[in-house]
Amino acid sequence: MDTFVLLQHYWWLIISLLGALLVFLLFVQGGQGLLYTIGQTDEERTMIVNALGRKWEFTFTTLVTFGGAFFASFPLFYSTSFGGAFYVWMAILLVFVIQAVAYEFRRKPSNFLGEKTYNAFLIINGVAGALLLGVAVGTFFTGANFTVDRMNMANIGGNTTISQWTSPWRGLEALADYRNVALGLAVLFLSRVLGLEYFMNAIDDTCIRNRSTRHLTLNAIPFVICFLVFLISILLSTGWTVDPTTGIISTEPYKYWHNLLDMPVILILLIVGVIAVLWGIAIGILKSSKQAIWFSGIGTVLTVLALLLTAGYNNTSYYPSLADMQSSLTIYNSSSSEFTLQAMSIVSILIPFVIAYIWYAWRAMNRKPITRQEIETEDHLY
Amino acid sequence: MEVNDLLSVVDWSRAQFAMTAIYHWLFVPLTLGLGFIIAFMETIYYKTGDEFWKRTTKFWMRLFGINFAIGVATGIILEFEFGTNWSNYSHFVGDIFGAPLAIEGIMAFFMESTFIAIMFFGWNKVSKGFHLAATWLTAIGANLSALWILVANAWMQYPTGTAFNVETARNEMTSFWDVLFSPVAINKFLHTTTSGYVLAAVFVVGVSAWFLIRKRDQKMARYSMVIASTFGLVSALFLAFTGDSSGVDIAKTQPMKLAAMEAHYDGEHAAPLVAFGILKPDEDRSCNDDAFHWKIQIPKMLSVLSFHDPEAFVPGINDLLYGNPQQGILSTQEKIDRGRIAIQELAVYRDAKQRGDTAAMQRVMAKFDAQTAEGRAFLDSYYRYFGYGYLSSPQETVPDVPLVFYSFRVMVGAGVYFIALFAVLLVLLYRRTLDQYRWLLWITLWSIPVAYIASQAGWIVAEVGRQPWVVQDLLPTVAAVSRIDSGSVIVTFCIFVALFTTLLIAEIAIMVRQIKIGPEKN
Ligand code: HDD
Ligand code: HEM
Ligand code: HEM
Repeated sequence: MDTFVLLQHYWWLIISLLGALLVFLLFVQGGQGLLYTIGQTDEERTMIVNALGRKWEFTFTTLVTFGGAFFASFPLFYSTSFGGAFYVWMAILLVFVIQAVAYEFRRKPSNFLGEKTYNAFLIINGVAGALLLGVAVGTFFTGANFTVDRMNMANIGGNTTISQWTSPWRGLEALADYRNVALGLAVLFLSRVLGLEYFMNAIDDTCIRNRSTRHLTLNAIPFVICFLVFLISILLSTGWTVDPTTGIISTEPYKYWHNLLDMPVILILLIVGVIAVLWGIAIGILKSSKQAIWFSGIGTVLTVLALLLTAGYNNTSYYPSLADMQSSLTIYNSSSSEFTLQAMSIVSILIPFVIAYIWYAWRAMNRKPITRQEIETEDHLY
Repeated sequence: MEVNDLLSVVDWSRAQFAMTAIYHWLFVPLTLGLGFIIAFMETIYYKTGDEFWKRTTKFWMRLFGINFAIGVATGIILEFEFGTNWSNYSHFVGDIFGAPLAIEGIMAFFMESTFIAIMFFGWNKVSKGFHLAATWLTAIGANLSALWILVANAWMQYPTGTAFNVETARNEMTSFWDVLFSPVAINKFLHTTTSGYVLAAVFVVGVSAWFLIRKRDQKMARYSMVIASTFGLVSALFLAFTGDSSGVDIAKTQPMKLAAMEAHYDGEHAAPLVAFGILKPDEDRSCNDDAFHWKIQIPKMLSVLSFHDPEAFVPGINDLLYGNPQQGILSTQEKIDRGRIAIQELAVYRDAKQRGDTAAMQRVMAKFDAQTAEGRAFLDSYYRYFGYGYLSSPQETVPDVPLVFYSFRVMVGAGVYFIALFAVLLVLLYRRTLDQYRWLLWITLWSIPVAYIASQAGWIVAEVGRQPWVVQDLLPTVAAVSRIDSGSVIVTFCIFVALFTTLLIAEIAIMVRQIKIGPEKN
């Protein structure tokens, strides 16, 4: 493999890793969506919001960094998908804007909109955020309606736009493909499962623990069903494959299934990941275990990582175009130049340090779980 | 899509970007400066162990948190708008522009968001030293994020360290250091972060003045004022200095912006500076003599400020539009023609590629090759004006002169005023007689909005002044915009205006209330 190709693979790995971490961190969204289900009194809701409130910034920042890293390493995706699937991305942004203020503002005096409105913001973000992100990621497998022609820049006085969308629905048409919806729902229910497991871990309260355990089953079942529907349908789907020497794209039946067979390491990641998620759910349901979040969390990261790698590696188009097959994006035709990828790779050496201090800070803050008593004495509360 | 709708998409996308940026910038400068002010205060607490300082720190920290949340909310939209509204731009320069944005996320945003949680919730959970470190790291993280985004912005004002690749039809980075250490980037970073320090200092002295007027928590107010006016005075002096350097940069790299800032129509040697003046309406202005109803001029000052040379020639709008052979300035029409020749090469390349004519492809690529003399000549005479090729008339290169002219004066006027304000406050604090000057306390309080206005005015100079360029001389807004119908942009624009305005009202209400509540009692 020459260096450029190696770098393209490296950056797809980083993007996939960020995406995988993001899905895990969506436990914040999952938890928000369950605000009234698990928190039945004001005090309980305060405990929940404060347990989540110490973590929401991580999810948010991971989303922002995911966007930035995608922009830097695969700019053609950034311009094609964001400029094209305009409504979907704008909707996602909107639900994250309202989340960012909700924590800080909800209980402050004179907050203008009232606590209920901010709680509603948290719930909207919790449900729509996870669902829409899932649907958007689904299009990595199922494709989208766009054309790309870089040479449009030469059309003086004419149409100079490189990436164009061919559906007037501007991304909302993704909802018409059941596989995208299945992934959206799977991500939504997974986020709720993780949210419940996080409550069991971070809040020391019998009522909340019992209620969380009960709801774990209710959310785990739809998660497993939706996830299986998505996974099986994708493995049976036809994928887009690229010839690395000519760059020509063609269809290949069972592409994703072949990818897993061609890349056994990824297959193993996927299997280990799925087992870990299920194991976490099992010990959560059976023993209300505090450790459930770690199994399900690590499992989530591995599963999503494996799926995203399957979408981009092994000469696969990670953003197939349904409008014009040769416009489809691959990690080869959509990446930044070798120089940029190299420069950023040097910066990426920082990532382990970042992860290390996040881990350290997380431990320092979660050493003591949240209790009713702490909520009464703490002076800075959301 | 029709031409009319394209223009309207450009305008609405500009409006949407400007609106979100303006909202973002309502919150960012306070974060940049207040972070350090809090960190100073907590350091004193750490050193003395005096509970008074802990209370003071916590009071300002609470205001910091309210401001921070909404700053983050407005930032995320901006980042993604590059893709949603300026998709061609994202492709054309993503190779360079994306990198700082990604580094910002990795280096700065995680630092901020990790340590801010400790700063707010860690008082009883981590050691005093660790907490102090978290507070400093939050402030440093915020300033680091400013660094990277400003490097990106500076690159758009002064593209450097890059080369055009015909095959991919985009600019690609050739030197990371040239991008990072471009003089424009350095000045922009220094000037903008310090402007945040000044704004935050004005905020703190203003709020403290209110406490003194109300005769409440006077000890906290006075000490906060001492810290903030010292920090503010130093920053404001430095700000004037870096502002001057920014002016010199502009004279070199964006002469049209400079001409618009000064409403300078006809170029001249030993150009005077209009310290203040009232501009005539657009259609009545075509040369220096008829541009103003009245004006106060300082002889030779514009030449001094722009080139640090009293006799230097400063080109005016007309020179740039119609050309000035004596000064070696090309007319804009000439630049448009040359830009079209450069763009035309892309078409030649495309056709050659379709025919499979590699020799012709090679010939085009050779023209863009900076390693050869032929390439350098083509790049310097033609590619340099690439973006002009997309313009339909030379007039499009003139930005909104009055807006830029007045904004610049508001900013500079405010800058001079703040230096005086901090100096006076420090003298009176030192003499312990500040309380006797109630009118001054009121003025201090009312300086808070002035700081915000000055700060926005600075960005208006920078961003409106560079119109129509998204990337100076290389990419105008018409060629940068996404192909969406204007209706969609209008819808999102309206949603965001309504949402941000509502949230801003909420933020101000909460902030005012928290100030009235004051520091917590023991
Ligand atoms: C409190 C705010 C504030 C104050 C008092 C000043 N500035 Fe400023 N200025 C800014 C806040 C700002 C800013 C918001 O930070 C800008 C916008 C873009 C930028 O780079 O910084 C800016 C831009 C800016 C620019 C345009 C840079 C560009 O187009 O790239 C110039 C020439 C100056 N400033 C010059 C000055 C001078 C000579 C001042 C005299 C004291 C001054 N500024 C005070
Ligand atoms: C127009 C381009 C800009 C974009 C795309 C952008 C993007 C963002 C994003 C995505 C965030 C949220 C980060 C998080 O998750 O914590 C943010 C916050 C922030 N940005 Fe910007 N930003 C822009 C302009 C600026 C400028 C000009 C500055 C400073 C000079 C700045 C400084 C900050 C700071 C300090 C924060 C932290 C939160 C706050 O208090 O506002 N940004 N920005
Ligand atoms: C946060 C402070 C900022 C403010 C208040 C601000 C303000 C503005 C304004 C008023 C415009 C509209 C100009 C016009 O259409 O006449 C604009 C456009 C724009 N600005 Fe900024 N700006 C800020 C920072 C930035 C930064 C940091 C970047 C890039 C990193 C940036 C990139 C752009 C782009 C891409 C446009 C749209 C294209 C254009 O109209 O040139 N801005 N901004």
